[in-house]
Amino acid sequence: MMELVCPAGTPAALRAAVDAGAHTVYCGFADETNARNFPGLNFSRPEMAEGVAYAKARGARVLVAINTFPRAGEQALWHRAVADAHGAGAHAVILADPGLIAHAADTHPDLRLHLSVQAAAANPDAINFYAESFGIRRVVLPRVLTVEEITAINREIDIETEVFVFGGLCVMAEGRCSLSSWATGLSPNMNGVCSPASHVVYDEVAGQNEARLGGLLIHRTPKGAPVPYPTLCKGCFTAPATDTGPAQTGHIFEDPVSLDATELIPRLQRAGVTALKIEGRQRSRAYVAQVVRAFRAAVEAAEAGAPMPAGLLAKLTEGQSATTGAYAKTWR
Amino acid sequence: MLRRLPAPPLSPALAGRALSALLRRIARRNPAILSRLGPHGAARFLIDVTDAPLLLLMEPQAQRMTAHRRSAAPVPGHDAAIRGRLAAFLAMLHGSEDGDALFFSGELAIAGDTSAVLALRNALDDAELDLTAELEALARPPLDVWLRRMMAAAARRSGYVLSREV
Amino acid sequence: MDLTIGPVAFFWTAETVRGFYRDLAASPARRVVIGEWVCSKRLPFWQDEIPGAVEVLSAAGKEVALSTLALVTLRRERRQTADLFEAGLPVEIADLGALRYLPEGVPFQVGPTVNVYNEGTLEWLARKGATRVCLPPELPLASVAVLARAGRAAGVAIEVWGHGRAPLAISGRCYHARLHDRAKDSCQFVCGDDPDGRDVETLDGRAFLTVNGVQTLGHAHTTVAGQVADLAEAGVSALRLSPQASGFPGLVRLYDKMARQDITAGDALARLQALMPGASLANGFLAAAPGLRPVG
Repeated sequence: MMELVCPAGTPAALRAAVDAGAHTVYCGFADETNARNFPGLNFSRPEMAEGVAYAKARGARVLVAINTFPRAGEQALWHRAVADAHGAGAHAVILADPGLIAHAADTHPDLRLHLSVQAAAANPDAINFYAESFGIRRVVLPRVLTVEEITAINREIDIETEVFVFGGLCVMAEGRCSLSSWATGLSPNMNGVCSPASHVVYDEVAGQNEARLGGLLIHRTPKGAPVPYPTLCKGCFTAPATDTGPAQTGHIFEDPVSLDATELIPRLQRAGVTALKIEGRQRSRAYVAQVVRAFRAAVEAAEAGAPMPAGLLAKLTEGQSATTGAYAKTWR
Repeated sequence: MLRRLPAPPLSPALAGRALSALLRRIARRNPAILSRLGPHGAARFLIDVTDAPLLLLMEPQAQRMTAHRRSAAPVPGHDAAIRGRLAAFLAMLHGSEDGDALFFSGELAIAGDTSAVLALRNALDDAELDLTAELEALARPPLDVWLRRMMAAAARRSGYVLSREV
Repeated sequence: MDLTIGPVAFFWTAETVRGFYRDLAASPARRVVIGEWVCSKRLPFWQDEIPGAVEVLSAAGKEVALSTLALVTLRRERRQTADLFEAGLPVEIADLGALRYLPEGVPFQVGPTVNVYNEGTLEWLARKGATRVCLPPELPLASVAVLARAGRAAGVAIEVWGHGRAPLAISGRCYHARLHDRAKDSCQFVCGDDPDGRDVETLDGRAFLTVNGVQTLGHAHTTVAGQVADLAEAGVSALRLSPQASGFPGLVRLYDKMARQDITAGDALARLQALMPGASLANGFLAAAPGLRPVG
């Protein structure tokens, strides 16, 4: 059966994921070492050890994401995170920074290493390079690839692949995006945040709802209509007219959609993908439980060669459209 | 027209005292809430339940909750505000609905310090509160009758079962 | 400090490219990185200019290196990357995966789209043979200083993004094509219409970003004109200037003065603004502030 890798932003969400049938749960420490460094989220050291124990007792595994890029001069914080994840009994750590990976491979030779999507290893050469240099065992593939490209990659590499199937969708190559720091000074790579809540302001102006990030107007909706979170790459912008093209106003990068690749699971399985990943460490334990249950049913169906259960997640994507993203070539 | 929930049979001062007691009890039994809130524990949260008669001001660190008549001006000073129908608040508190989804769909609107609201939401989600149990442990006459009626009305209206045991 | 000219980010005609490098040969720049950095579909339109440009620049005494693409996914792109290492010139990698093709023991350079955030990564690259690294534009001065020190110890020259629209993101999707309701595969090369990229504003009309095919840049031109003394003190060895369609030779001359510290920060900024009337200039990144923060 394909392995289901599920998010947990809190110990409660971890327990919810395990109870709902997650094979594996990924989470992070409550600091800048992980890419979901959001207020009120993530695990203390004791919580991590308890979480690992809870999962292990029920046959599930815990992966610890340490997937930001250590700050120059302060690498010790990240080194300690790797050591503590190892000490807590994590099945593997998910890393992005080559220097940190080199450190982990040297210092913890028995620790299983996964390459984070933040490393943006988007072709077989990059993946093989990481595998050969550091003994990486699994790569989380960037969301810029089509199913055909994933199939081709799996033919040329020996390590496991994990792909995103549900949740938030980065439209830029992950780990290579500074839009957030351009607008706010805080970035996924350096601070583990994107379009951070600390810079978000919702307001009602002249009868309209506005969402701003770092003072920049990102969404404006009529009063009464929901105003989306102002994530930069899903914002509404204007490209003024040029000599050759008319002005365009809209979601110039991506609509406020989320990824749902349920229907592609059988093809991903045939493509040789080992694990399916659900995004959403910032989501509630209720959300995690619902999504995990639905995807557990889906991977069991795929294993049995049965059609994908339809409409399982209709409620969770209600009011929000879903896309299969880059997995279909037309997205580009 | 908003259909208001039953008005409490007591003054804002009494309601505030009861709610502060509830807050203290929850904080005592769930110390992780305050540690998760971190610096945001000092924020003042205005809870604007649009179908209830009172505005609530919650101060987690001080473990204080005060109630204010909606008609009374001005609105109490606050750092962050969450606004929506009781059903949406209960759904988030009780973990039966995803907070993000409630915010995306506009059922809960937030203003002010967005970080503080997210921290509060995440801290409460981790705490797995059983609202019915927390309330029953506290409620004494005449508050118990009102609370029970309010919870029943809220459950009916929201379609959420608010007790963890069921 | 001296000057490195980065690869052209935009889709220019072969003729424009030829003129650009002819002008650069006469400039005070110390070294030039050349190659298609953004989109492999553009390369056939101008790749025949590369040998001539290399010749002109080398004859003028410039160090020349070839750049890889910033995002390599297609088989064709992987082959092109491998071929670069056969060309007999130093290679600047813009995607870490390019190192797979690096012949044993051959030195290389690292461009600003490779994530070098800390001394651990810098030292690892040095062990692989890196001799020169242009740091990611979003790094604050405190990090630059630590990395410049580590670079000195490891024998790696450290460059910073000195001037130009900063590369903020790269994607599998082409936003230029999307603006014309086209997909990447049927883009009809619309990015060629905008030699400095296409502007993107917020809904209330504030200039914000610039779209350049699959790449997204800041709209304001990032400049270190007011921070050169800090960079020199930190031990930075070169400023990287990113090519733009107009007035580039004058910019190179001005930054050369700055690099040699022949001009005060105030004069440098004033002259820069005079060379680019109407342009917005930003310098937030080095100050650990939002990158778009205006100069001054």
